[in-house]
Amino acid sequence: MRTLSACLLGAVAVLAAGVASAADVTLLNVSYDPTRELYKAINTAFSAQWKTKTGDNLTVNMSHGGSGKQARAVIDGLDADVVTLALAYDIDSIAKIGHLMDAGWQKRLPDNSTPYTSTIVFLVRKGNPWKIHDWSDLIKPGIQIVVPNPKTSGGARWAYLAAWAYAEKKPGGSADKAKAYVAELYKHVPVLDTGARGSTTTFGERGIGDVLICWENEAYLALDEMGRDKFDIIYPTVSILAEPPVAVVDKNADKHKTRKVAEAYLQFLYSKEAQEIEAKNHYRPRDAQILASHPELKKLPLYSVDEVFGGWQKAQATHFADGGVFDHIYKPGGK
Amino acid sequence: MTDATMTEFALPRPRAATADHPVARALLTATAMFFIALFLLLPLITVFAQALKNGVSTALAAIVEPDALSAVKMTLIAAGIAVPLNVVFGLAASWAISKFDFRGKSFLITLIDLPFSVSPVISGLVYVLLFGMMGWFGPWLREHDIKIIFAIPGIVLATMFVTFPFVARELIPLMSDQGRDEEEAATSLGASGLQTFRRVTLPNIKWGLLYGVLLCNARAMGEFGAVSVVSGHIRGQTNTMPLHIEVLYNDYQFVAAFAVASLLALLALVTLTVKTFLEWHYADEIAAVHKH
Repeated sequence: MRTLSACLLGAVAVLAAGVASAADVTLLNVSYDPTRELYKAINTAFSAQWKTKTGDNLTVNMSHGGSGKQARAVIDGLDADVVTLALAYDIDSIAKIGHLMDAGWQKRLPDNSTPYTSTIVFLVRKGNPWKIHDWSDLIKPGIQIVVPNPKTSGGARWAYLAAWAYAEKKPGGSADKAKAYVAELYKHVPVLDTGARGSTTTFGERGIGDVLICWENEAYLALDEMGRDKFDIIYPTVSILAEPPVAVVDKNADKHKTRKVAEAYLQFLYSKEAQEIEAKNHYRPRDAQILASHPELKKLPLYSVDEVFGGWQKAQATHFADGGVFDHIYKPGGK
Repeated sequence: MTDATMTEFALPRPRAATADHPVARALLTATAMFFIALFLLLPLITVFAQALKNGVSTALAAIVEPDALSAVKMTLIAAGIAVPLNVVFGLAASWAISKFDFRGKSFLITLIDLPFSVSPVISGLVYVLLFGMMGWFGPWLREHDIKIIFAIPGIVLATMFVTFPFVARELIPLMSDQGRDEEEAATSLGASGLQTFRRVTLPNIKWGLLYGVLLCNARAMGEFGAVSVVSGHIRGQTNTMPLHIEVLYNDYQFVAAFAVASLLALLALVTLTVKTFLEWHYADEIAAVHKH
């Protein structure tokens, strides 16, 4: 048995060495959960461009997971050259707690270092049997909502804030009413997954719940992967402007001497070529022309975190920190 | 006379305590088979059926894809290092515990059992707290460019932690049962320590040892929780087979996920087959050892 595994080990090691020796430069991009398909396409395009520009063979390694969890891993020593996370607060943590980058990282690239944006929509079963059209419909009696855990998932925090912003900003709304609405909403959630992709498979593959509150890109991907005949995407009347930022992790990039390629990689995300890839993967590109050429990414009023919550630091401290509003309103198991 | 006959008729036929009624026996066997079919066989068949849904070539393609090969390699490295080290440790610990008397012996036994009672997530977090950047040794390690967590050493350490008790736990009862008479006899006849171990102890415990190694290997290859915490999930680099299966599943690549899962299940089945074959081939010898 052991000789057998030793033989196998040898064979595989030889194979792996053959694959590895072709690569001259490697980058590690630590990203959040739903960007798997996006960065697969981006990496292929950028590696080809980098090859013609410099002659180097570039391999971009990927790690995906809940945004908060990924930030924690980078702080704990996961050697990311660049991070592309779901929200600014998580990259702030890498700067503040991990001291791995400059606190002013978000000013280094255009548009708050977010080359693409997204928003939060609803995914319902085909034909929309519960007639869900807006946020207010979600708390009808009997509806089960699937959404990930805001403590670990970036998408879940955007979803929570979108619901809150709707209730606070609607005519006659207030912070107190928003709190009551969001508390009621989470009573309809039977289980919280740790990441966006986990809740999509819970809803889509395991058939749990009547509505999934998710990233717009994740909703379209569910249609692409699991069948357009199974689900409908519902755009509420308002939602939130989700800005997932990108940044070079200074200390790691300097240690690996990859700063130049890491910066070029993030710059590339703003190029026409990359913006088109982003739109095709159902992210909202910053380029207005390309965005307009993808009418499926519907126009709707979007609140920003700054205007409703006074920025991510404040939103995080008020709502998601230990003992924050979310801890007060959410009781596991619902009801 | 009539009374006596009556009594004989009224009393049930006396029977041995172990001889069951044939109906009860059939019922028990059927229940066991039913549960085995429902909870073991059916899921196993599902895994293979899902993997082969789109044909053998699709399943094979998922296995020879570079990220999958890297995951297989990681799993074999982790098991290949953890299992031999656990054999050495298990032998040393059970030898010490069963053949010598010393202070803190029961404490040592409790410690060996620790990984069984601790959740694998904690087993992983321990290493993050020790070797992570925020941990005790993190900054020093970084300065000296040594990677432990989010790299192979961390995965091997986590695997070792969770598989720690397997060999020792198999051997301690066996060696305690056998006592130290044979070793003492060997020593008194002039055998050296090593000779005693090779000629007396090892032959006595080899079946228990083998069983411990097989269990240890199965767990080492299948471990998910602890490894997940220290892996960093870098595709094609630090994913083991169980982690790669999760990645594929979450990428909507269901057939590929089940193909790799089948490979992992096959590795486990190979382990079982080897064990069964050895037991069958050496049945007499095993029976002799068990008589001790």
